[in-house]
Amino acid sequence: MSLYGADLLALLPELIVVVTACLVIALDPITPASRRDLLAWLSLGALALCLGLTGGQISTLNIRVSAFSDLVVIDAYARFWKVLLYGVTGLTILMSLPYLKAERIHLGEYYGFILLALSGMMVMVSGADLLTIYLGTELMSLSLYVMTGLNRSKPRSLEAAAKYFVLGAFSSGILLYGISLLYGMAGSTKLASIASAIGTRGADDPLLLIATILVAVGFSFKLAAVPFHMWTPDVYQGAPTSVTAFMAVAAKAASFAAFMRVFVEGLGGLKTDWSLLFLLIALVTLVLGNVVAIVQTNIKRMLAYSSIAHAGYALIGFVAAGRAVGASGGTPGLASVMIYLALYSFMTLGAFAVIGMLRKGGIEGEEIEDFTGLAKRQPLAAFLMLVFMVSLAGIPPTAGFIGKFYVFMAAVESGLAWLAAIALIFAAVSAYYYMRVVMVMYMREPDPSSVAPRLVTSPALSFVLACAVAGVILFGLFPNPLVSFALQSVLTLK
Amino acid sequence: MYSGGLPWLSLLLVLPLVGAAAMYVVTESTARWIALAATLADLFVALPLWWLFDPQASQMQFTEHVTWITAPPIYYSLGLDGISLPLVLMTVAIMPLCVLASWTAITTRVQGFMAMLLIMETAMLGVFVALDFVLFYIFWEAMLIPMYLLIGVWGGPNRLYAAIKFFLYTLAGSVLLLVAIFALYFYGGHTFDILALSQGTYPASLQMWLFLAFFAAFAVKVPMFPFHTWLPDAHVEAPTAGSVILASILLKMGTYGFLRFSLPMLPDASRSFTPMMVALSIVAIIYGAYMALAQVDLKKLIAYSSVSHMGFVTLGIFVLNQQGIEGAVLQMVNHGITTGALFLCVGMIYERTHSRMIADNVGLASPMPQYATLLVIFALSSLGLPGTNSFAGEFLVLIGTFLWSKVATAFASLGIILAAAYILWMIQRVVFGVPLPHQLPKLKDLNQRELATLVPLALLVFWIGLFPNPLVSRMHQSVTATIATMSRAKVAPTAQPSAGEAAPLLAKSGEQLKIQGTSR
Repeated sequence: MSLYGADLLALLPELIVVVTACLVIALDPITPASRRDLLAWLSLGALALCLGLTGGQISTLNIRVSAFSDLVVIDAYARFWKVLLYGVTGLTILMSLPYLKAERIHLGEYYGFILLALSGMMVMVSGADLLTIYLGTELMSLSLYVMTGLNRSKPRSLEAAAKYFVLGAFSSGILLYGISLLYGMAGSTKLASIASAIGTRGADDPLLLIATILVAVGFSFKLAAVPFHMWTPDVYQGAPTSVTAFMAVAAKAASFAAFMRVFVEGLGGLKTDWSLLFLLIALVTLVLGNVVAIVQTNIKRMLAYSSIAHAGYALIGFVAAGRAVGASGGTPGLASVMIYLALYSFMTLGAFAVIGMLRKGGIEGEEIEDFTGLAKRQPLAAFLMLVFMVSLAGIPPTAGFIGKFYVFMAAVESGLAWLAAIALIFAAVSAYYYMRVVMVMYMREPDPSSVAPRLVTSPALSFVLACAVAGVILFGLFPNPLVSFALQSVLTLK
Repeated sequence: MYSGGLPWLSLLLVLPLVGAAAMYVVTESTARWIALAATLADLFVALPLWWLFDPQASQMQFTEHVTWITAPPIYYSLGLDGISLPLVLMTVAIMPLCVLASWTAITTRVQGFMAMLLIMETAMLGVFVALDFVLFYIFWEAMLIPMYLLIGVWGGPNRLYAAIKFFLYTLAGSVLLLVAIFALYFYGGHTFDILALSQGTYPASLQMWLFLAFFAAFAVKVPMFPFHTWLPDAHVEAPTAGSVILASILLKMGTYGFLRFSLPMLPDASRSFTPMMVALSIVAIIYGAYMALAQVDLKKLIAYSSVSHMGFVTLGIFVLNQQGIEGAVLQMVNHGITTGALFLCVGMIYERTHSRMIADNVGLASPMPQYATLLVIFALSSLGLPGTNSFAGEFLVLIGTFLWSKVATAFASLGIILAAAYILWMIQRVVFGVPLPHQLPKLKDLNQRELATLVPLALLVFWIGLFPNPLVSRMHQSVTATIATMSRAKVAPTAQPSAGEAAPLLAKSGEQLKIQGTSR
């Protein structure tokens, strides 16, 4: 024990989350159904503790702590993502409370799984070794598969879980295959060793390129980048809305965090190759995501395609980092991805929170048509949805604009002005389907013969919405704190 | 930090927002009064600027400069010069009239409507006073949502189509502007300061691309032929106040953009694109006028006449001389007054007969003499009768064009003749026909609220028509400075000290920002 004392201390937040997850699952059978709320509050307490621990380290931004002989690293970059993940997970739990009750699937193990998924994500963002990162990815994915199928009485939910599992397992296999090739080349799965092996072997080794492509494909599945996005619409639509929100925000953020660390720290020597690869992926991702989103009638499916498109925008920031020239290096590009995903979290969580509130009869109203006339019946909810849609479309003065601002600025700095121009034109295309939601809410009269959807509100949900809208508007007007946090945090990624 | 005295411009921007926030807690009837109070307060805050403005100075006045975002350096930077002053004053003058015009016309969700009007006012004023390119862009885009809602929620039967068309057209145009802003930032010495960027020197090929990106944003807003197709739809479907805002203020942002950004920042490209811009302007003048001749819907007629009149403005800007540009700025204000007033007139008659068709609204002179008189005044101003405001503006533009090309002037003058044709024909039918018997009971003359809406504009028509000099003299120095900036040295300096350091230095010294073109 004393041998690993310092190592375990470094991983204290992860340990707290894992222990709490086990505790929640153990307590679940002996907790009466009426008091399951307590499990949620227990989980939130653990998150608050972690936030305190990780947040307390923010002052030591430039110190890089390695643990377990360089398998994991706790640096400013990891801290940025962890703080974001705690916040997102906490808001998801608060959002789940009323939602799960309304759906009659308020199960204690849900909170256990959400914490297990979080611990996997934390390992992903802290991993300095491909196998550590792989383990984190699997822990996250396995928990998400279960959560997707949580709504056992709904065929769609089960179908989504099965699809997600099969395709997810497939992509994990590809990722693992890529890792094994890299291991064969470098003799180690540590990112630092791989980087130095690339340095000595040169970048044009065919084995290396194949390995890079396989790892890229594996991560593209997790990021839901085209052409590896096929699972996204079905899974997002079928999963319980709170789980969809968690996947769209937290899983995406953690995958981006691990992905960027692998490609910058491990495969940085190949950046001319992978930046071209990801440039193409980013372009088709945002084009396809935005175009297909236009024809969707189910709002969860529409947001699934929109999340694909947003992954495309974030990838542009990453490509800009790979293509960067000059003194600043890739810093602005990498920081822009961090800023983008942090801001994207607020608007997406907010949008899903509103969707989760809307009930039509006994079931969830998830067709865009169900929002008809919402502005008349529930002006405040409609206004909040308007803010989230405007922000997703990237129109100032909301956070969505700030996110796009930094991504495209990095792109132009790296000489990719043409890419920025194409992406921005497709951002204008995306405004069409976001504004359609606004149009339905504000400009259509509800059909008097149909059942009017109503809103299930609760204090927890109001709190989530307040946080989301405050994030969208305040970071839209005063992005400075977030931007400087991201710019400082990214410096440890080298 | 500002140049001493009151932060006039911030006050202008904040007052409408305060009113908009108040809409959340008030009832429908108080909403109208609060909106009126907020817009009038803005007017009374802006009016002293007319006298406080120093017409002899070419630099920005009433400047404010506060750090907003540190990386990259973006400032909350405001200022007013002779080009933006008339537009700001026009905006604050039009907005209370928009509130008055919506007094009885808007009956549903009044609070929301008034809030949108007030948010629009802040965004539009922000566009005219922003001195930081990113700040400008944020105001420029922030306008889209309230305008979309104004058309889409309170508009006519085909409002959904018109609203989304307006939204997508203008958004698609302006996204390229953002890329151009970034390119300027990296080539112009890592600053978003508009005045510093206006001093930078950019390679000719880059200028071409940037000019096209600017053109995409501004030409859609103006709108220049062939990007004008959103305008008739938006105008026809928008509620009266929305049409007035569109015609009087929104369209001016495009021409303001050409004047504030394209000309000073991209002088070489502006010169090389001049033939194209002049040709497009003349096409717009003649095409708009021909289309106006064919309309049976009053709003559409005025919408197409806007295309024609805005053609004069872009023509004046791109002949690139003092008379042309001064005429263009004057014409921007004139068009705001005259076309705004015409849309208000159409709105009033629509409230009575519920039709915008010329055929349904004939012979108004005998039942509605006051209305008919005012309509004739504005119509004559629209065709540029000497003694009215538009004459002064169009005359200056034509002088400017004459110095550039006699052929172009001849073609542009055709537009005035055609304007006389469609306006007089419209007047003949609407004012001097025989009223339809079934409409007669509805044709009550103007009430006091409506008179209060139209009479101030009629006074402005004659005031600018007879005494344009106070207005022109205030813009003179700024126009001279713009032209001087355009003819600055083409040789790229090794480093651009003015660009990189201007902002922080000014922040320390507290001096007013200065257009340095005059000092060269």
